[in-house]
Amino acid sequence: MTYIKPKFRHPELPKNKLGYSVDHYEGALSTLCAGCGHDSISAGIIQAAYELNIEPHRLAKLSGIGCSSKTPAYFLSNSHGFNSVHGRMPSVATGAAMANRDLTYFGVSGDGDTASIGMGQFVHVVRRNLNMTYIVMNNGCYGLTKGQDSATADQGSKNKSGNVNLFESIDLASLAIELGATFVAQSFSGDKSQLVPLIKAAMNHPGFAFINVISPCVTFNNNLGSTKSYDYVRDHVEATATIDFVPQMQEISVDYGKGTQKNVTMHDGSVLQLHKLAEEWDPLDRQSAMNAVINAKAKNEILTGLLYVNPDAHDLHHMIKTSDHPLNSLTKADLCPGSAILVDINAELR
Amino acid sequence: MSSQKSKVNDFVVRFANVNGTGSASANFLFTKAIFRMGIPVTPKNIFPSNIQGLPTWYEVRISEKGYLGRREGIDLMVAVNPQSMLNDVKSVKAGGYFLYDSSKKLHAEYIREDINYIGIPLMQMCNDAYSDARQRQLFKNIIYVGALAALLDIDFKELEGLLADQFKGKEKLIPMNVKALQMGVDYIHSNFKYPLDIRVERRDLLGDSILMEGNAACGLGALYAGATVVAWYPITPSTSVVEAFGNYADEFRIDKITGKRNVAIIQAEDELAAIGMVIGANWNGARSFTATSGPGLSLMNEFLGLAYFAEVPTVLIDVQRSGPSTGMPTRTQQSDVLEAAYASHGDTKHVLLFPSTPKECFDLTVDSFDIAEQLQTPVILLTDLDLGMNDHCSAPLVWDDKREYNRGKVLNAEQLDKIEKFGRYLDVDGDGITYRTYPGTHPSKGSFFTRGTSRDEYAAYTEDSGAYERNMDRLIKKWNTAKNIVSPPQVYQEKNHSEIGILFFGTSQYAAEEAMDMLKDDGIVVDAIRIRAFPFNKTVEDFVNSHDSIFVIEQNRDGQMKSLLMIELEANADKFISVLNYDGMPITADNIIKQISGKLKLKTEKSLNS
Repeated sequence: MTYIKPKFRHPELPKNKLGYSVDHYEGALSTLCAGCGHDSISAGIIQAAYELNIEPHRLAKLSGIGCSSKTPAYFLSNSHGFNSVHGRMPSVATGAAMANRDLTYFGVSGDGDTASIGMGQFVHVVRRNLNMTYIVMNNGCYGLTKGQDSATADQGSKNKSGNVNLFESIDLASLAIELGATFVAQSFSGDKSQLVPLIKAAMNHPGFAFINVISPCVTFNNNLGSTKSYDYVRDHVEATATIDFVPQMQEISVDYGKGTQKNVTMHDGSVLQLHKLAEEWDPLDRQSAMNAVINAKAKNEILTGLLYVNPDAHDLHHMIKTSDHPLNSLTKADLCPGSAILVDINAELR
Repeated sequence: MSSQKSKVNDFVVRFANVNGTGSASANFLFTKAIFRMGIPVTPKNIFPSNIQGLPTWYEVRISEKGYLGRREGIDLMVAVNPQSMLNDVKSVKAGGYFLYDSSKKLHAEYIREDINYIGIPLMQMCNDAYSDARQRQLFKNIIYVGALAALLDIDFKELEGLLADQFKGKEKLIPMNVKALQMGVDYIHSNFKYPLDIRVERRDLLGDSILMEGNAACGLGALYAGATVVAWYPITPSTSVVEAFGNYADEFRIDKITGKRNVAIIQAEDELAAIGMVIGANWNGARSFTATSGPGLSLMNEFLGLAYFAEVPTVLIDVQRSGPSTGMPTRTQQSDVLEAAYASHGDTKHVLLFPSTPKECFDLTVDSFDIAEQLQTPVILLTDLDLGMNDHCSAPLVWDDKREYNRGKVLNAEQLDKIEKFGRYLDVDGDGITYRTYPGTHPSKGSFFTRGTSRDEYAAYTEDSGAYERNMDRLIKKWNTAKNIVSPPQVYQEKNHSEIGILFFGTSQYAAEEAMDMLKDDGIVVDAIRIRAFPFNKTVEDFVNSHDSIFVIEQNRDGQMKSLLMIELEANADKFISVLNYDGMPITADNIIKQISGKLKLKTEKSLNS
């Protein structure tokens, strides 16, 4: 078996507005298990970045530790990446985002990395509304250490060894809504048509955009009795709506029947088109979003799609009034008060 | 020593107060007036981990000779806290003075035959003069400062001048304060012989010195060094580093046109997040730092290992306090030396800097950013509570406008274009320091994956033993390069005079220098060196190798600097003799002499006999 990814691509691959074909957004060959849900999500990220015409070097990808956190190596190889320590990606992303507000920040984490060891940092990065996309590749188990239950495993779910999980699961999407996240979505790694527009919308959101993606672990948690297996998830998925992401300036042409469609205009003029809306659900209303998640859970459904968005949210830079120029571009002339001021400071200390 | 004259500008005053009663600003008024009279003065806050109600002390040493360390023995106690009064009476030196509130009669158990009592009915005076409860409390402090001015011959004009400075913009408050001072002066004039034999006399011994806390100097240093991202979690005694930085940033980092800030200060959820943010910001090309104390340093260990191994510049200011665990959170110590030197699992070593004055806090904080970026590694500035939270007479701060920030080996887009293949961990220059790029620099060159896992020269993940070893060896090469980049030690002699040396660092400098003078007075000359950085450079190594016995003075129980010297210089353990102080109070010269002289005598006798 070779770990070298073949470089050959069809010469007539379509190119995006920047002149890049999709292969420009790819990464190294994945070393995850064949059939891993995470690889599908990586493919979704590649597709979304390609379609959004993102300059890969203007995006920074960050992760913690775990199977999911390995994936940034498997997409966007022209981007800087930071594989940090377990559960601590949010803090590294926060520092990075403070240093340069002009880049796009893309974080990848897992259910162990976010819901257990990284819970503290997760809840605080949500509170700060850091301008980043945060994807949890959620498989309900620890893959690298061979299949222990994670904190998102559902109560009563059975893992490969036959053990039934005794503990209440942590629902990351409803937690994020509760904490004031300004964009919350849920998806399934097997549903690329839903995932790609969600990722695009998330990357365009001017604040903290969270997507909890159920991503089955083919090796340790794909058995009968598991609520995170491919079969179980396929049977229990229920979508809030079908979503299209329409970038700024593009004409909106699709027309659905009245009452089933909602357009959410984002900060930069781009539009989220939601079709076939679930009943009694308003994506702009936090309480309605919470109710939708709770009601779905009561029916043993996994609610996917956009759950909540506040398109007018202010991100951390806005809140703490940082300069419009990236802080890392400021020079001594901008930053250092100089010797004359120091003479005055000394005088005040006498 | 008993002559009247020797007590001029040479005594210790201790104030016994209740926490949260406004005594701090009154006591500072006292210190600053003496400072403005040109007399070396050293105040120490001895305070509890509490906001209101517990005893707190403020101890001021006045020293004509310029000794700025603490000194045992209290010549004058200002006792305004009934809770601690019994112990306060006991701690006065024989022949000393005990100033107390005589509104109520002093109980017999407080009476000592060998000290002098100065009773002032502070409470009574305040009750008569003020109706407001808060005013009664605040002006009580000002009245005793007035009384001290009369007793110790402090220039009243200096006190008035300080009040004018303090209440700039609130001039209404000045006359009330002056009046309270005058009440104190008048009471002494009508009831006691003044001045006392201990008193001050104007001098010009301070030149252009400033009076400043080390934490403020660190904060200001970070501002001058161009730090733009600051992440922190509040912890005594480091909190005022970031507070000072924030105050200076409010003044100097706001864009006059847009009103926007050239700085991001994030109060993190814990110390783990604080250091994570600092690493993220530095990785992305901003100068960033955090400040913490021992417990925070413990929490930051994992991330420090990442910054060391992934080679991300990181600046960390550790204001040490008494450990272990929560220890004595408001008392000083130098007990994080080993923790900081080898923070995190695996083979790690970190650059440490040891300032001992506010000026050095400023200078070494500025340097720490240059060093961290030059070496692409964490730099930990080890200061302590004594230096950080007490005012110190210090040489003024100096900034050279020609000084440029040394951002280290960072490639821009044009430089990347000229390179065939960028290798993030490729040792091109042979000094162990490799080239890095900031995210967002070049569309197709220079991007790399930063990780805490092993990787090859091109930042690709590998578990190849050879690549791992090459990398670890290069890090040691970089460590050796660091020896010539970090601050050199201060050596007290051009040529060695003695087989005996003393070695110290940080705030032990004050007491150590005074002890050296005391030894000199006894005809004993020792060589001395003050460590300012780890790794130790050649000068430190030579000093250790060229002396038979070295007294290592430090403020911890285990002789941590001694251990570090033994480990890193592979020096013979027998030659080091620890001189230790770990009671939470700043070390004194008397304590050093007590520990050294016994051992010196033994040594001299031994060598005479052999």
